[in-house]
Amino acid sequence: MPKDHGIGASSKRREDIRFLTGRGVYTDDMNLHGQTYAVFVRSQVAHGRIKSINTSNAASMPGVLAVFTGEDFKDVGGNPAGWLINSRDGTPMREPKRPVLAHGKVRHVGDAYAAVVAESYAEAKDAAEQLAADSDIEELPAIIDMAAAVANASNRVHDEIPDNLCYDWGWIEDNRAAVDAAIKAAPHVTVLELVNNRLVPNAMEPRASIGEYFPGTGDYKLTTTSQNPHLTRLLVAAFVLGIPENKLTVVAPDVGGGFGSKIYHYGEEAVVLAAAKKLARPVRWTAERSESFLSDAHGRDHVTKIELACEKDGTFIAFRTETMANVGAYLSNFATVTPTFLHGTLMAGPYKVPNVYVNVKTVFTNTAPVDAYRGAGRPEATYSLERVIDKMCRELGLDPFEVRRKNFITTDMFPYTTPVGLAYDTGNYHATLDKAIEIGNVAGFEARRAASAKRGKLRGMGLSTWIEACGIAPSHLVGVLGARVGLYDAATVRVNATGNISVMTGAHSHGQGHETVFAQIVAEKLGVPEASVEIVHGDTSKIPFGMGSYGSRSLAVCGVAVTKAIDKIVAKGKKIAAHMLEAAEEDITFENGSFSVAGTDKAKTFGEIAFSAYVPHNYPLETLEPGLEETAFYDPANFTYPAGAYICEVEVDAETGKVDVVAFHCADDFGNIMNPMVVEGQVHGGVGQGIGQALCENTTYDDTGQLLTGSYMDYAMPRAGDVPFYNVDYSCQTPCTHNPLGVKGCGEAGAIGSPPAVVNAVIDALHRGGHTHVKHIDMPVSPSRVWQAIHG
Amino acid sequence: MTKVSMTVNGRAVSGEVEGRTLLSAFLREGLGLTGTHVGCDTSQCGACVVHVDGKAIKSCTVFAMDVAGAEVRTIEGMANADGSLGTIQQAFQDHHGLQCGFCTPGMVMSAAALLAENPKPSEADVRHYLDGNICRCTGYHNIVKAVLAASGQDVSAVAAE
Ligand code: FES
Ligand code: FES
Repeated sequence: MPKDHGIGASSKRREDIRFLTGRGVYTDDMNLHGQTYAVFVRSQVAHGRIKSINTSNAASMPGVLAVFTGEDFKDVGGNPAGWLINSRDGTPMREPKRPVLAHGKVRHVGDAYAAVVAESYAEAKDAAEQLAADSDIEELPAIIDMAAAVANASNRVHDEIPDNLCYDWGWIEDNRAAVDAAIKAAPHVTVLELVNNRLVPNAMEPRASIGEYFPGTGDYKLTTTSQNPHLTRLLVAAFVLGIPENKLTVVAPDVGGGFGSKIYHYGEEAVVLAAAKKLARPVRWTAERSESFLSDAHGRDHVTKIELACEKDGTFIAFRTETMANVGAYLSNFATVTPTFLHGTLMAGPYKVPNVYVNVKTVFTNTAPVDAYRGAGRPEATYSLERVIDKMCRELGLDPFEVRRKNFITTDMFPYTTPVGLAYDTGNYHATLDKAIEIGNVAGFEARRAASAKRGKLRGMGLSTWIEACGIAPSHLVGVLGARVGLYDAATVRVNATGNISVMTGAHSHGQGHETVFAQIVAEKLGVPEASVEIVHGDTSKIPFGMGSYGSRSLAVCGVAVTKAIDKIVAKGKKIAAHMLEAAEEDITFENGSFSVAGTDKAKTFGEIAFSAYVPHNYPLETLEPGLEETAFYDPANFTYPAGAYICEVEVDAETGKVDVVAFHCADDFGNIMNPMVVEGQVHGGVGQGIGQALCENTTYDDTGQLLTGSYMDYAMPRAGDVPFYNVDYSCQTPCTHNPLGVKGCGEAGAIGSPPAVVNAVIDALHRGGHTHVKHIDMPVSPSRVWQAIHG
Repeated sequence: MTKVSMTVNGRAVSGEVEGRTLLSAFLREGLGLTGTHVGCDTSQCGACVVHVDGKAIKSCTVFAMDVAGAEVRTIEGMANADGSLGTIQQAFQDHHGLQCGFCTPGMVMSAAALLAENPKPSEADVRHYLDGNICRCTGYHNIVKAVLAASGQDVSAVAAE
């Protein structure tokens, strides 16, 4: 019987009730007394010098209360990069200032250089149009193509950066010579050049922010679409506006998806706060979808050459990659770590390959900033590896399943240190591969292929065996690698006097279901009903300082902080119980919500202990403080390493080039599972996004830097008809060895593992259909690309 | 400004609107019915779907004045009379058909319109009908499953039970 409550139960989500009845409260749903509306004026050119902005016409328009330009913010701080990367030669990365509003130059289409605040949205919008007309911006040649950006030293995104290069990073530089030598001497080398296509995250809720200022106390409040309210507060306070941290509250209420794009602090947040102070009225802004396309941080955008050196039997000898990563016009907060440590350290995959070297050149261009998007660096690494392995198998006539098996790290090798600096604690890659073969009924493929052929379709099967490092991150390690923050998390467990429980978490839920799943954990550990546990998140005035949710970290980091706080509650409860039961503390046991004296029937319920803590009449006040509330911070000792095997089957219509994903099987190892229903949902969502990347989505700028895919008319989001039902299995479980829940993290898996499975399946279909000249098709594998490849 | 009157979720309402006021804006700002969401500016995402005289429409695509006198139903009007979740809403919860919840009101309203038209849709029917509703979180799996379940069909055979 599956459990019906606590850890491991598929408890239905309590948050669903408000979302299903229209009672969720997202930022734009709030209405504040006296509110005003901000509209931003965005650059229409990719690269330009701001010669003048005449604000007087706009300022005198009906309803207009204030106009801001870059000039108003030139003396405040810039929005900082969160991670310092050093180039191979030891020099630090180039780090241009990212102003609140563009000043001097505009650097991408959509770069906000002014803002208007008015009594109504319509008035603000009208005035913003006027201001755009009154702006004299001299257009400069746009820098769009990465190779050209680096080659042309005279045309610069930032005047002080001559070759538009942020850094030239090598990982690990000491491996380089050995890798070069191994590749030179290898019996076989497969080379693949590929593009990891640029994506727009497209959380369905557009970004929105409301600034408030309270003149009586000098306090500020920012309500914003954030995955990490404390991080946003820190950035605004310490780096950008210089508001004392304790005078600023940041609230991230219900947030409609993030996928990375809402980790970062954006200039609009600073503007609504500054405007609120100036006007002493609430100032609100909500992005239109077109603004989201132009100004949300994008994802991926790598151009990579990967070489795989191996024996003739497919035993890996070395991997070497050269990547150009587009960072866009400015450094978004995690932009520098995404193509480096989140990518290069995964370039050994789940394989016992002895030699790996990764080179990444990160380049400024006149495009929107690029930063972490679901998976962040790890999908790029997985795609490169799993595609080149597939190509190698075809070149040598080897079975892709057998080649993986031959090269997998085996269970007796853990902990396993890779040549790119990670120490995998545990895993069983053979088990997940076997499981995928079983649930995907690989044995029955030939019959399915024949059936497809009867319908005139080419059927193919693609495999991807992925691993990732998540549960971000051990602070000591990331500190050595250049992080400018710690990456622990925190939770406060407050047992109220009446015995119910409030848990304040640093993690933020924007779809992941924390309100339900964290309550399951607390209920299990304290032996109380789930319904008596309330999860509070998203408000810096209520929650302890935690780093928020991204990098599949909520459970593996914050969830562990919750359990650590519970351990402290239980320890204190035992002291109280020992006093009340007149027993020695060591003799008190806690089980199923009851403190009892071992070997006797003397017991106190959890509720009685809580009551006693708050009404301490019979209580050891000399040695113990009253109250029952504990906070724990948890800094993980290592990353966690979920892994799995994905099998995709496609049907290709050779006439039109159209690809249909007809089956998708996932065999994942996420360690212990807290709520299977939620885990499956996370995998579904990730795979859906991965299929989107593989088949539909692409972000295209033309040579002048105009975004050609700036709406849902042009940017192909996957729709319900583009994807199949997914088959998800998580029964292979090797619990994480270094956190007490044994959990790994499942939020990004689907997006990491799926794109190469899809593309490998398409290539397989074409080969089986006789189109063996097709070695590779770049994502998105659109009908036109497939058709061209067939006829190319 | 012009006065516009209509029935929303069975209640007679009226308000002052400009000619350019969209129905979505009237519902959200005029009536405080913020369950209807706005996810795009090109009538593509479906977060704003409501029913007007029984038909599903994208409320970001019609002017409030154009539906004067109509019967409008929004997500706030989908629960049972006693406040419990309606059949489709309950199926979405039972089958985890939502994550962040932003697309959800539009999904539920579209699903209701589908089932009114086609009480026993096939998987393909559901996927086709929801073409105008984008969800970024769920990969659609559990949404499709929830709609099939809400139609009274057995979904236990759907992959990944
Ligand atoms: S808001 Fe109406 S379709 Fe997107
Ligand atoms: S549940 Fe988040 S967009 Fe659908």
